[in-house]
Order: sequence, then structure tokens, then C-alpha cells
Amino acid sequence: MDPMAVADSATQANMMAVVKRQRMQDFFFHKITMGFSLLVLCALMGIIISLLINAWPSFAKFGLGFVWRVEWDIINGEFGAAIAIFGTVVSALIALVIAVPLSFGIALFLTETCPTYLRRPLGTAIELLAAVPSIIYGMFGLFIFAPLFAEYGQPALQSTLGQMPLIGSLFGGAMNGIGILAAGIILAFMILPFIAAVMRDVFEIVPPILRESAYGLGCTTWEVVRHIVLPYTQKGVIGGIMLGLGRALGETMAVTFVIGNSQRISASLFSPGTSIASTLANEFGEADDFHLTTLFALGFLLFVITFVVLALAKIMIIRAEKAKGTKT
Amino acid sequence: MNLTIYARRKRVNQIGLTLSMLAMALGLFVLLWILFVLFKNGISAINWAMFTESTPAPGSEGGGLANAIVGSVMMVLVTALVSTPIGIFAGVYLAEYGDESKTAELTRFVTDIMLSAPSIVLGLFVYAILVAQVKHFSGWAGSLALALIAIPVVVRTTENMLRLVPGSLREAAFALGAPRWKVATFVTLRAAKAGVMTGLLLALARISGETAPLLFTALNNQFFSWDMNSPMANLPVVIFQFAMSPYDNWVRLAWGGALLITLTVLVLNILARVFFREKVKA
Repeated sequence: MDPMAVADSATQANMMAVVKRQRMQDFFFHKITMGFSLLVLCALMGIIISLLINAWPSFAKFGLGFVWRVEWDIINGEFGAAIAIFGTVVSALIALVIAVPLSFGIALFLTETCPTYLRRPLGTAIELLAAVPSIIYGMFGLFIFAPLFAEYGQPALQSTLGQMPLIGSLFGGAMNGIGILAAGIILAFMILPFIAAVMRDVFEIVPPILRESAYGLGCTTWEVVRHIVLPYTQKGVIGGIMLGLGRALGETMAVTFVIGNSQRISASLFSPGTSIASTLANEFGEADDFHLTTLFALGFLLFVITFVVLALAKIMIIRAEKAKGTKT
Repeated sequence: MNLTIYARRKRVNQIGLTLSMLAMALGLFVLLWILFVLFKNGISAINWAMFTESTPAPGSEGGGLANAIVGSVMMVLVTALVSTPIGIFAGVYLAEYGDESKTAELTRFVTDIMLSAPSIVLGLFVYAILVAQVKHFSGWAGSLALALIAIPVVVRTTENMLRLVPGSLREAAFALGAPRWKVATFVTLRAAKAGVMTGLLLALARISGETAPLLFTALNNQFFSWDMNSPMANLPVVIFQFAMSPYDNWVRLAWGGALLITLTVLVLNILARVFFREKVKA
């Protein structure tokens, strides 16, 4: 036989072997990395299932009514989630009312009026506000903010908003600094960086040509933002707000320090309340068997609520980003 | 007629822009205020004893945070060792194979949600699957809870950084006959090294300050301990416990710990940004 042909078939066989080996390696690489990424999905399923299993005794006893029962009596074993859900939702809504205009202002400043050389340092400073651990916000709220709030903030609110019809009773009652309103205010500064970051990012994807056309027609900066940028980025902005809401609902340490931790619903925002997360943080250590299952039930509810809010936020943001690709 | 409209529009514009500037100023003010308060109250507690002595008994004088610092560092290191490979591999999968399957899309969505999931619920989960099963709190459980928080951060930043690597680099490697796994590890991952480091640092910063998940997992320990299999002291929980206590000495140490932890977290964050900026410039 021709020696060349022998060599050829040898290299060919060799090459086939290499290709085969690489195929195998690729196959395993694919499966291994996929396995790791599936871990995240497994963790999510695990969280939902294990919380549900541990919470089952209290759902079995109180049924779905657990969600709107206004009762938390550890001694007599009567539990309902309504008080904690009320505190969670109200403090998160207060946080949104304060944080949304502020973050809109910050995003507007960073994208429109800020000199270019200041954009990065100022943007970083706002992002660092998000990096401060929540327990620091809690200590700050309890030791620094609450005394000042009791001395200046609450009397001022009572003598102004407190005198108005309908909403006046929200600002009544004892003024000792801590309470649902204080928790909402502290939360506002914690979620502000998240909302501001999303708003800034979506403001920046507005095609320059739209913005410039509006300026060319003689619009002021405010009009450009109000009538061009905001409508264009609506979905992203709402997504950012929902993201902040999700954060506010699940926040534990900051709220535990300042909300006052009392299991009741009161008409006044000045009065102490509780949130799901702060109830968990406070009572978990001393809880016995059945009490423990109700805490798991609370945790399950919190997870479901935040999951839904965050999922909606994510869908909104994804849509906003897709629009960027198609509308230009 | 026109002049009044102009004047009004101008005024609205000025008011809007001034308010936005005030919002920015308020944000900066709060950041500086928090840092100022931390320094004012915390600096007096930071001394040699804080790093060498363990947490004091209730009502007693002196003492430090040595056991809490060591506990925190150990748990964070273990978490980093566990979540780095998992996070990077998962990130590689999402970046390299992510456009081809529904599973990857779902994983990405879930990861994004886990990024903001309430950390206290993750603590509950670890309590249920680990602490309640072995019937004691432990440093391992604390690390597991922290890993659940860190992994999504690493996954998402890794994916984003890998996607920044130019496609031509990948294609050049493929054209040379490199198999997919080699392209992913020796070309793209290497090109995105600085970005991936950023993700790791951000994850570290995020978990160093986390308190809620440790309440139900690592708990606390009054004494110095290297044993990850027993309850372990850690800075956040010690700060929580001490700050809420009536003892002056404890509150003083809590402020010291708070300053320490905040500086660590801020330095990690700034380091991460510097890393990333250098990579973008290069």
C-alpha cells in the first residue's frame, strides 16, 4: 500500500478521535454548567416547598382566613397575618410615596442637568447608599432619626397635615419617634438608590433624536422630561418602582429597629406596628412548635407577595428594554 | 400673551430642575449624615481590644468583638468559596447557551428575582432544611444562607460581563477549531476576568452586612470559636443584639462594629468599581 495513504488514514483516525473527545468534553461542559444554573431553580422550588410544609399546620388550622385574621395572641394560640401584612404594606407604601419623587428627581438630575464630570461620582454616591447594610439604617433610624423626628418632624406634621379633614387622624397620637411612619421614611432612603438606578438607566435609552427634536421645537428641559422621556420610558419607570416596592416589603433589620414591634393596627401612622419580617426577627427565637409554624406561614406569605411584585417589576423592565430595540 | 406663557414655562422648568437638584442633595446629605454619625459614635470603640478580646458579658466593662469578627470572616470566606464556582459556572451557562433554551431564560428570570428576595425568608429556608434537621445552629448553616444571597449576584454579573466580550473573539477561537468549553473558559472567561472579579466583590460586600438570614442559622456565640459546626458569633447579629440592649458598653461596641462593617462594605464596593473601570478602559 502507498505509505502516504497509510499516514493519511492514520491522521484522519487521529483527528476523529480528537473531535470525538472534544464533543464529549463539550457535552459534559454543557451539562455541568446547566446543572449549576439549575441549582438556582431548585433553590427557589425548595424555598417554596419547605416553607409550605413547615407552615402547613397553621394553614390547616386557620385555613385561608389566616391571611385576613386580625389577631396575634401567642398565649392563647390565636394567630392571623392581617396585622403584620398591614404594617408591611403600609410602611412599604409610605416608603414609595417618599422615594419615587426623590428618585425621579435624582435620575432627572443625573441624566439632564448634571455636568458630565460629576455624573460618575454622584451616581456612585447614590449607589453607595444602597450598599450601606440595612442594620446600619436601623441603628441610624433608632438612635439618630427617631429622637429628631419625635421632637421636630412629628409636631410639624401634626400641626399641618394633622389638621386636615379625613387624613388628619393619620397624624394623631403619641409622638415618640418610632412607628410605622418612621419605618416608612427609613425604608424610603434604602430603596431610593434602586429606583433611581433603574430610572437613570431607562432615561438613558431614550433615542437622542427624540430628545433633540423636542429641544429643537423649543421645549424646556422639564417639558422634555415630562412629555418625551417619561412617556417613552413608562414601563421601565414602573418596573423600577415595583422593584423598590419588592425591596421595601422584604426589608427586615431597618424596620425591626424603628417600627415599634407591637401587634396591633392603629389609625395613626405615628403609632407602633409590626411587619412580617420584623415579627419573624423578633419572635422566632422564643417560638414554640405551633407558634413556629405560624411564623413559617408568615414567611411563606411574604415570599409569595414579594415574588409576585418582583416578577411584575422584571417583566416591565424587560419589556422596556425590548422596546428600545424595536422603536428606534 | 406669549410672554406670559413663556414666563410660566420658564418658571415651571426652573422649579422642576431646582427640585431635582434638591432631591440629589438630600440623597447625598443622608449618605454623609450616616457616615458622620457612624464615625462620631464608632471611632471611640475602635481600638486594639476590639480586635483581640471577645464580646463582654452583659453589664461588664471592656471586651471587644474578636469572636464576632473571626466568625463573620470565616462564614463569608466559606460562602465565597462555595458561591464562586457555582455562580461562575451558572453565569457561563446563561451567557454561552442562554439564548438557546427556555430553561436558561427561566433561570435568568428567577435569578433576578432571587437578587431582591427577602433575605429573612432565605434564613427561614435554611433553618427548615438544615438547622431543624440537625437540631443545632451552626456556622455552616449561616454560610449556606449567605450563599443563597451571593450566588444570584455572581451569576448575573458573570453573565453580563461575558456578554460584553466581543463576539469576534469567540468566533476567532471557534475558527481555530477550539471546542466550546475551551472557548468559554480560556477565551471569554479570561477576557471578562476583571468584570467577574467585580461581581465577586459586590457579592462579598452584599453578604458582609446581611443580618436577617443569620438570626436563624448561625445565631450567636458569646465565646471565641473556630468551630463552624456550632453556633457562631458574627458581626451583624452581635450589632443587632448589642444595639437593642440597655448596656452602655454594649451599645458602644455596637457602634464600633457598625463603623467597621460599613467601612468594609463601602471599600469592597469602591474596589469593585475601580476594577471594573480599569477593565473598561483597557
